[in-house]
Amino acid sequence: MAEKFETSLAKLEDVVNRLESGELTLDEALKAFEEGVKHAAICNKKLHEAEKKIEILLKHKDGTFHTEPFNPSE
Amino acid sequence: MDLFTGKRILTVTQFTNLVSGILEENFDHVWIEGEVSNLSTPTSGHIYFTLKDANAQVRAVIFRASARILKFKITDGMQLIARGRVSVFAPRGEYQLITEYVEPKGIGALQLSFLQLKERLHKEGLFSEARKKPVPRLPQRVGIVTSPTGAAIHDILHVLDRRFSNIHLLLNPVRVQGEGAAAEIASAIRDFNRYGKVDVIIVGRGGGSIEDLWAFNEEVVARAIAESKIPLISAVGHEVDITISDLAADLRAPTPSAAAELVIATKAELSEKLTTQLFRLNRVINLILRESRGEVLALCKGLRDPSSLIDTLYQKNDYLLERLNASITKQTDLRGQKLALLLGRLSAVNPQKLVFTYGALVQSLYLRQGRAATNLMERFKKSVMMKSTALDNLSPLATLARGYSMAFRISDGRLIRDSSQITSGDHIGVQFAHGKAQCIVEQTTSD
Repeated sequence: MAEKFETSLAKLEDVVNRLESGELTLDEALKAFEEGVKHAAICNKKLHEAEKKIEILLKHKDGTFHTEPFNPSE
Repeated sequence: MDLFTGKRILTVTQFTNLVSGILEENFDHVWIEGEVSNLSTPTSGHIYFTLKDANAQVRAVIFRASARILKFKITDGMQLIARGRVSVFAPRGEYQLITEYVEPKGIGALQLSFLQLKERLHKEGLFSEARKKPVPRLPQRVGIVTSPTGAAIHDILHVLDRRFSNIHLLLNPVRVQGEGAAAEIASAIRDFNRYGKVDVIIVGRGGGSIEDLWAFNEEVVARAIAESKIPLISAVGHEVDITISDLAADLRAPTPSAAAELVIATKAELSEKLTTQLFRLNRVINLILRESRGEVLALCKGLRDPSSLIDTLYQKNDYLLERLNASITKQTDLRGQKLALLLGRLSAVNPQKLVFTYGALVQSLYLRQGRAATNLMERFKKSVMMKSTALDNLSPLATLARGYSMAFRISDGRLIRDSSQITSGDHIGVQFAHGKAQCIVEQTTSD
């Protein structure tokens, strides 16, 4: 989950570095750009996919867990 | 050796050596607390003082090497907790505490136990950097071990609200002070590890007195933190004192708010990193495209629009034509002059006259030739006629026509001019003007 973001960001950075090296042909550059955009989209999705939620963790006698919404004003 | 028989008289030195041996051997690592007095700090860098309580005192020294790393200034009247070893100073017959570590005293027994636990766990390697796990840079779910009613959870929620973050929080409610709090905190940390669905755990509480914070200095909490497979941030709201939890955790935040900010700050930082990379990506691709476009344009310039090329050619053509005309004109001028000259010379020669002259000449020659040819023909005709008359006169045929005939021998066809050429009985031929006759000779006579 978190690793995927890191990996995608690293790949994006690598693409940018390759592009900035100026050693790519136009075709290669366009391919690399597409790849970069793809990684950026993954990063962006990871960055925003978590939902805002506040819950409380409760443990049953048998050792299993369940969660309930938490109301901080209680 | 029996030291107490009294049979043996010792020198002062021997006695002192024995005493120092016993003292130094048995008190090589003691914790002592007391009030500082008689403080002296000479230029040598060593610190000399007396530690005392209501009923006793002990001389103490902190040598320069230890004194240099002290984080605070020792003052007279300060309550100190000191760790060191006893050493006997023979020349003065005094013993003193060679102090290796001092701390301003907090709350006596608690503080001492804290220090002792801290040292024990430190020796065990529980606080070593090598043990510390990296805190994830983009936690999706954050586990929190704190009181559901305390300031800590409110502070954390406030930070999250302020930052519009989408983090999923999971609170494992515990008591954070009082009897049994430490056990609850430890078990909550273990619960999260068993539950497993959080990326990071924040363990903490708001600020308070050292007694309020004490649960976070308990060994059971330190052990639970050290055992946690999930990265853990300790956030005990007391910025002066460090707790055992702080030391054992992967990351220490001075307050719960700060812990929340750490978690969310990394998200913001990542977001910024992503933005930076995207910006770079766009900039570089635009640069590349611009360059390529420039190259294409440059190439096009090289190619040029064919119509413009034609224009250029036309222009060139015009230019060349102009030059050609100019040169022709020049040439023509030259030749014209030459021509005029020649014409002059030519007319001087008067070709017309020449033509007439020759014409007349040719005419007269033609006439003469005509006449000559006619005369010649006449003469030829005459001579031919004369010759053919002569020829006719000579021809035997003309003689035969006049009635003569010729005799000839059959055998060889020879003309017979003399009767002696034949004898009777010979066969001869006679040629007339028209036709022949074969005759037999009956008789010859000579005239």
